[in-house]
Amino acid sequence: MSPSMASRHLLSAGDLSRDDAELILTTAEELRSLADRPIKKLPALRGRTIVNLFFEDSTRTRISFEAAAKRLSADVINFSAKGSSLSKGESLKDTALTLEAMGADAVVVRHWASGAPHNLAHAGWSRSSVINAGDGTHEHPTQALLDAFTMTRHLGPMDGRRVAIVGDILHSRVARSNALLLHTLGAEVTLVAPPTLLPYGVETWNAQTSYDLDAVLAKTDVVMMLRVQRERMNASYFPSVREYSRRYGLDARRMATLQDHAIVMHPGPMIRGMEITADVADSARSVIVEQVTNGVAVRMAVLYLLLGGSEPAIATSAHDESEQQ
Amino acid sequence: MTDHLIKKARVLGGEPVDIFVSDGRIAAIDSDLALADHAAHGTERVETIDATGLIALPGLVDLHTHLREPGREDAETVETGTRAAAMGGFTAVHAMANTDPVADTAGVVEQVWRLGREAGFCDVFPVGAVTVGLAGEKLAELGAMADSAARVRVFSDDGTCVSDPVLMRRALEYVKAFDGVIAQHAQEPRLTEEAQMNEGELSGRLGLRGWPAVAEEAIIARDCLLAAHVGSRLHVCHVSTAGSVEILRWAKSKGWNVTAEVCPHHLLLTDDLAATYDPLYKVNPPLRTQADVDAVRAGLADGTIDVVATDHAPHPHEDKDCEWQAAAFGMLGLETALSVVQHTMVDPGLVDWAGVAERMSSAPARIGRLEGHGRPIVEGEPANLVLYDADATRTIDPSELASLSRNTPYAGLELPGRVVATFLRGKPTVLDGKLT
Repeated sequence: MSPSMASRHLLSAGDLSRDDAELILTTAEELRSLADRPIKKLPALRGRTIVNLFFEDSTRTRISFEAAAKRLSADVINFSAKGSSLSKGESLKDTALTLEAMGADAVVVRHWASGAPHNLAHAGWSRSSVINAGDGTHEHPTQALLDAFTMTRHLGPMDGRRVAIVGDILHSRVARSNALLLHTLGAEVTLVAPPTLLPYGVETWNAQTSYDLDAVLAKTDVVMMLRVQRERMNASYFPSVREYSRRYGLDARRMATLQDHAIVMHPGPMIRGMEITADVADSARSVIVEQVTNGVAVRMAVLYLLLGGSEPAIATSAHDESEQQ
Repeated sequence: MTDHLIKKARVLGGEPVDIFVSDGRIAAIDSDLALADHAAHGTERVETIDATGLIALPGLVDLHTHLREPGREDAETVETGTRAAAMGGFTAVHAMANTDPVADTAGVVEQVWRLGREAGFCDVFPVGAVTVGLAGEKLAELGAMADSAARVRVFSDDGTCVSDPVLMRRALEYVKAFDGVIAQHAQEPRLTEEAQMNEGELSGRLGLRGWPAVAEEAIIARDCLLAAHVGSRLHVCHVSTAGSVEILRWAKSKGWNVTAEVCPHHLLLTDDLAATYDPLYKVNPPLRTQADVDAVRAGLADGTIDVVATDHAPHPHEDKDCEWQAAAFGMLGLETALSVVQHTMVDPGLVDWAGVAERMSSAPARIGRLEGHGRPIVEGEPANLVLYDADATRTIDPSELASLSRNTPYAGLELPGRVVATFLRGKPTVLDGKLT
């Protein structure tokens, strides 16, 4: 039976059924074993073209997608189209038409505007598969997938597991995608933030909320710290960086209250000393570096499945490798 | 000029009567006028129009239209905008001041007024800006605009709010000298920085910056209190929230001189359309919740909201065919307003056709201090009329619109009713559903 996804696009973690999500995670697990081989490349997407379309700087995400595509032997084009809503450059539509004309099979898009990947997928500009690599303050579904993958590797199935996501929930696409995906996978999510940094209407999300980090830590299996962006610091969301760190930062004293098996995560980039202290970030509980490694495997799985891999990735590759020899 | 004998029109939805239109006026109304009766009028030519089954309403008056000229002739011109108005049954529109250059001097308002007269599809009454350049810093020369050929009576910084309370107070006071009115775009600016859609459950999920109801309601409450304090007339543009309706109801209960408008799209559409990220649904104030829609309908039915105004806001395709955050605010309204009002207010039994005439013709004409518009359909009155087929249904096709722009949120939607004919001072601007 050929594994397949319900959609050609990955726009929101909320669009993934439990079966879809588990298929991606299982595929990623197979592909991750590649990381331990001397030759990390598979021919699965040979001849396919994947465009990394970045309207916003994100070196980490771009190189993760680039590595994933290259390990599947796809041709990769990096297209950096910086520009804000104020500086009118070439429109998203014309960029999409250009990429379509070049024969892109998939477009990995990072954009400052919430919903831009949705526009790319649905406005009729392009027939490519669209993968959301972070849009505005909306979603970042592959980050949620790699986070779930990392959690599963440490904790087993997520059913009934407790995950605390701590920090600027209001502006975080990582928090939105994680809350959606973790709910689908059966986990219990608690969003922890000062009231100013929780979105209006958060009570309708499938998640608990808390203003009190200390009350949450002792019961949680995972604590995921989010960065607070610099521009929030002078906009009265909280009185000062020091007060934020005291109330919502993860330091050694707080980490000591975690259960023995609990892990500490962060999507990066971290601001050491603000939301997380250096000793916590570098501690044995921290899986932050592993998240990066897993990111490549999960993005390989997403690209492979969306671009219509009709047989298990590894089996196909083994066959192709033998042909090449 | 050709005279018209309109046979069997149901005036305000009543019993069928014949209306004889001669020399720009309603010359006679009776249950059965024969052609022979008009020999006495000495007219050379009479055209008979069979209006069996059609409803006759006074020509509609829009208090809130963006004609975009001068400056954005790629979106709309006075000519194309008034064509769209005529197709929608309007005989008068108020052209908003946020053009380029801004209509903040006698020169610009006279230019717009003159362009309207030249186009001839409907009367154009320019709205004057309250502050120079809509910048909210100093009053524009309101008296010069009032005294100009355009005879401006409605002043608005629409698109932006006169948020400075002292400036708003002064404007309210100053226009009393010529019986003017300040039409406020109620939007507290700090609460709506970079706002993209209604702040609610959905804005949080979609990651679009919220435009909270309180930002509208706080300004309306403040302005009602200011208007009462200085004894001035206030008009509130595009009321969109249940809370605003409550505040207006309270202000009116005090006997204060406050009027308000609601837009067709706020009577019909809700914020869940933003989930498509299709900027056709991006408008300011934003589409709200079903509870808000229910409240503005109730407010319009009970008179708390006085008028329906379109906020017709044309935009070129490229300003809507892009990311939501990059897109312009606003949607077309002139050619669909009457159908939306029928669908949301008449068909559910909230108002009758006389109520529609009051809210889309008489009341807006009174607020704008127009003469010759919004008048009753009786002998001797100017023949500004609409003949409307309430039994028809049509599927909205953007390519068929008379407007230069295509940004209607109703594309593909089936709506009731169709304007069959519009008369501007006895001259048909629309006949058989087509521009003349």
